[in-house]
Amino acid sequence: MSGFRLDQGGRIDRGQPVGFSFDGVTYQGYAGDTLASALLANGVMLFGRSFKYHRPRGLLGAGSEEPNALVSVSRGPGRHTPNLRATAVEIYDGLVATSQNRWPSLKVDLGAINDRLGMFLPAGFYNKTFMWPRSFWDKLYEPAIRRMAGLGEAPNQDDPDHYGATYAHCDLLIVGAGPAGIDAALEASGTAKRVILIDEQDEPGGGALDDPALWSWLKESLKDLAAAPNVTVLRRTTAFGYYHDNFIGAVERLTDHRVEIDSGPREKLWRIRAGEVILAQGAIERPLVFAGNDVPGVMLASAARTFLHRHGVAVGRSIALMAAHDSGWHDVFAHARAGVSVAAIIDVRASVDAGLIAEAEALGIKVYLNHSVIGVTGRLRVKSIQICDNNVYLSGRISCDALLMAGGWTPSVHLWSHSKGSLAWCEDLGAYVPDQPNEQVRCVGGCSGKWSFGNGLPIDVLPTPLDQSRIKAFVDFQNDVTAKDIKLAVREGFKSIEHIKRYTTNGMATDQGKTSNLNGLQIAANALGKAVPQVGLTTFRPPYTPQTFGALAGHAQGALFQPVRKTSIDSWSEEQGAVFELVAQWRRARFFPNGGEDMHAAVNRECRAVRSAVGIFDASTLGKIEVVGPDAAEFLNRMYTNPWKALEPGRCRYGLLLKEDGFITDDGVSARLAPDRFHLTTTTGGAARVLNMMEDYLQTEWPDLDVWLTSTTEQWAVIALQGPNARKVLAPLVEGVDLSPQAFPHMAIREGSICGIPMRLFRVSFTGELGFEINVPSAYGRALWERIMAEGAGHGITPYGTEAMHVLRAEKGFIIVGQDTDGTVTPYDAGLGWAMGKKKFDFVGKRSLSRPDMAAPGRKQLVGLLTDDPGVVLEEGAQIVADPAQAVPMTMIGHVTSAYWSEALGRSIALALVAGGQQRMGEVLYVPMPGQVIKVRVSGSGFYDPEGARLNG
Amino acid sequence: MMLIHCPYCDEKRAEIEFAYAGEAHIARPPDPSAVSDEDWAHYLFIRANPRGRHHERWRHSHGCGRFFNAVRDTVTDKFEVTYKAGDPRR
Repeated sequence: MSGFRLDQGGRIDRGQPVGFSFDGVTYQGYAGDTLASALLANGVMLFGRSFKYHRPRGLLGAGSEEPNALVSVSRGPGRHTPNLRATAVEIYDGLVATSQNRWPSLKVDLGAINDRLGMFLPAGFYNKTFMWPRSFWDKLYEPAIRRMAGLGEAPNQDDPDHYGATYAHCDLLIVGAGPAGIDAALEASGTAKRVILIDEQDEPGGGALDDPALWSWLKESLKDLAAAPNVTVLRRTTAFGYYHDNFIGAVERLTDHRVEIDSGPREKLWRIRAGEVILAQGAIERPLVFAGNDVPGVMLASAARTFLHRHGVAVGRSIALMAAHDSGWHDVFAHARAGVSVAAIIDVRASVDAGLIAEAEALGIKVYLNHSVIGVTGRLRVKSIQICDNNVYLSGRISCDALLMAGGWTPSVHLWSHSKGSLAWCEDLGAYVPDQPNEQVRCVGGCSGKWSFGNGLPIDVLPTPLDQSRIKAFVDFQNDVTAKDIKLAVREGFKSIEHIKRYTTNGMATDQGKTSNLNGLQIAANALGKAVPQVGLTTFRPPYTPQTFGALAGHAQGALFQPVRKTSIDSWSEEQGAVFELVAQWRRARFFPNGGEDMHAAVNRECRAVRSAVGIFDASTLGKIEVVGPDAAEFLNRMYTNPWKALEPGRCRYGLLLKEDGFITDDGVSARLAPDRFHLTTTTGGAARVLNMMEDYLQTEWPDLDVWLTSTTEQWAVIALQGPNARKVLAPLVEGVDLSPQAFPHMAIREGSICGIPMRLFRVSFTGELGFEINVPSAYGRALWERIMAEGAGHGITPYGTEAMHVLRAEKGFIIVGQDTDGTVTPYDAGLGWAMGKKKFDFVGKRSLSRPDMAAPGRKQLVGLLTDDPGVVLEEGAQIVADPAQAVPMTMIGHVTSAYWSEALGRSIALALVAGGQQRMGEVLYVPMPGQVIKVRVSGSGFYDPEGARLNG
Repeated sequence: MMLIHCPYCDEKRAEIEFAYAGEAHIARPPDPSAVSDEDWAHYLFIRANPRGRHHERWRHSHGCGRFFNAVRDTVTDKFEVTYKAGDPRR
């Protein structure tokens, strides 16, 4: 015997049959059915296997609180959604759903052996058992546990859907379109307020949908709301989280219920900022805790009422009720009136309202007061129940195929709690209800603890003559937590409800304790011998129900995950087949392979060209800040380590920037264009950080300085021409600048024009060769680049990328901040003592350099390393030891920061931070690597042209 | 996501427009060379980290770009007040 469709009733459209399949079997339902109601109507009661014990499970609820009936829905490649609540899946023609966590089939699941082994699988089982040997964890325990204990399978293909997002602002947001929420919306509809009313179901109405007496009211109300121009009603939209300042996250499901998926988004993320929030989320009925309360066919009385009134489905041919609350009585009365046979009402209370007794009598229903259900027979569905008098323990058996539970009600305070509203324990309801708000929010209706369902008796576990330590009475159905698990946790010394929750997993994960929290809490409180309010309540966390990653990610994925910054020359590099790398968010050409060249060959060729002819390099990504104002020089003097005030207009200087703690944070060459104007450059990745730091000092420490800082990084395209032929290439193109070494020496800047384009021309070098950096307005970058390429054709001009740039600078011992430094390196550590303005009164970081630790001997210092075997290139990051024969773990005295093959020197070179490095010149050290120990010799870091003669070519 | 009042723009704007900038009212000594090692270390590294009212700096990075001060309760995570840099401690 089983559930069936009643001849009449429900809000389904019997004129619209819908075909779907579950575990390969095709069924028919009607438009308006959920997967759960349609399967029930077809006599299906087995929906899934439980998480841990693989016990057969049916439906507990009828809405998003459902912990058992989790299914997967597949609709083509990449469109596989696991762990959907069957009670919240709308059916459509062709829906394909499958059950989860079973093998080989839902009815015959070998994993159910766990149920027999239950005595070996107590709370904390995983923590206790799989401790040793540690190496077994990754390969054996975890995969096995993951296979056995689990939910649905995660999709393993790219999601073809896309997801929208929107911001919304309103004066009043109402969450939940039940009677209370609709009333609140109607009240506000007559005002000037902008109102949004959202509801997770396909149809607004909430509890009113389960009560035919309210249907005409509902219809009229929704018509009024639709006519109100200031009210927006969102269906299929779940408010999943409540964040600061009335910011609510909600996801609207747009296509999952449709037969055809068009090109629109699957879901839409709503980011709603509300002036006031009204929570009208209702209450969730509480299960009762007794042996066998998870057998398919045992469900919440309110869920049965929903199936009856909303879907025209009876959950069984003969139903019984186990009640601790009046509301369940009304639910079975409704069934009796609809012609469903009611086997019995069992109530744990010794007395109930006389009106209920009279109505039961009038309907011919047998009533057992002061009785409890102590057992359920049937494996894949209820066959009969065993009941027992609470006092004298006389028992009897009642045949039925469904058992409804009415354990009272739990206000849905999830979002209220997200908003940090406080809760007060209400003894009468046996529940926490909203107390003091922390935001502009109030609760109305069921979630405020107000309902008209009658009275009840909060109870933790139903009385039973059986040994409670031997029965499985479930508290958390989704996580397979029983009453005895919670008692065991208390016996093992867990006192905090937060610890009990984590140890037993009660109320955790996607369920967030919707049906289990209060039963678990009462059991724990009784086991601890404390009153419930003294035990507290665990924290509710978003999301209220599981949401897709797609909805949260929206379009921020793939190429849109993070913007890629491109220079105006980038397109040329791409056309040349450059290999790119990302530097901060910039895409930079790493090298330009010719034909079939690999990186090594290309970089060697590019380096040779720079040293022997001329190389051209896109340096546009360098950070640039225009510093303007009468106090500009004073400001830079305070920021950088070196002196700036005496710098003549037309001259450049290498600037070293420390943080106040004395460590290097950035560097770059800057030029003085006029007494009150500087053109600063920073590292590519440091531009925003440096500007922020300078603004900080300017605004908050020295607001008296008259200086303006403007980011000009993207205003300038920068083309570096480096090599002995650089001047020859440049000369014919430049107007208004005397390029001769006498007129335009190294570290100078001139303003003029090139090919008619206004230009700031730096004579600087990051390669050690004669070099220029041509700054032109960005838009001209590529045109000028191509013009220079054409001009340079006869001079061996060669484009080079960041890899060659790295090699060339390392040959000169020039550091890259962030590669050769790591936030613990002082200027002295880096060998940059020459850049320190020793006579300066102050600069950022100066005081820190005289702290004892900063001058202590043995600090790691930047040095060069030359491998004994010139052909061996060290690994960047490799550790350095003094004695390779010492026992492991060895004392590591430093690490390699940069290492390259130097084409110019015909050997490998490296930079390294080594303890006391400056005192180790010539010393032999070792770099232990897998399979070998590399012998190295400490050297200076100026490997190539140490006297700098080539700069002045 | 919090709303933060920028005292320069005189508007409440979303938190993503702002960047946190550490404890407020820690003035850089005018003559660092006159400060003892201990006091300098204190200036660099030691912060109040209170439970409750916290004076802190924010920058309206994606707005006016100004640094300002705020009092935020570290327990409730609510802003009590924001005020301009240089204004007296609230």
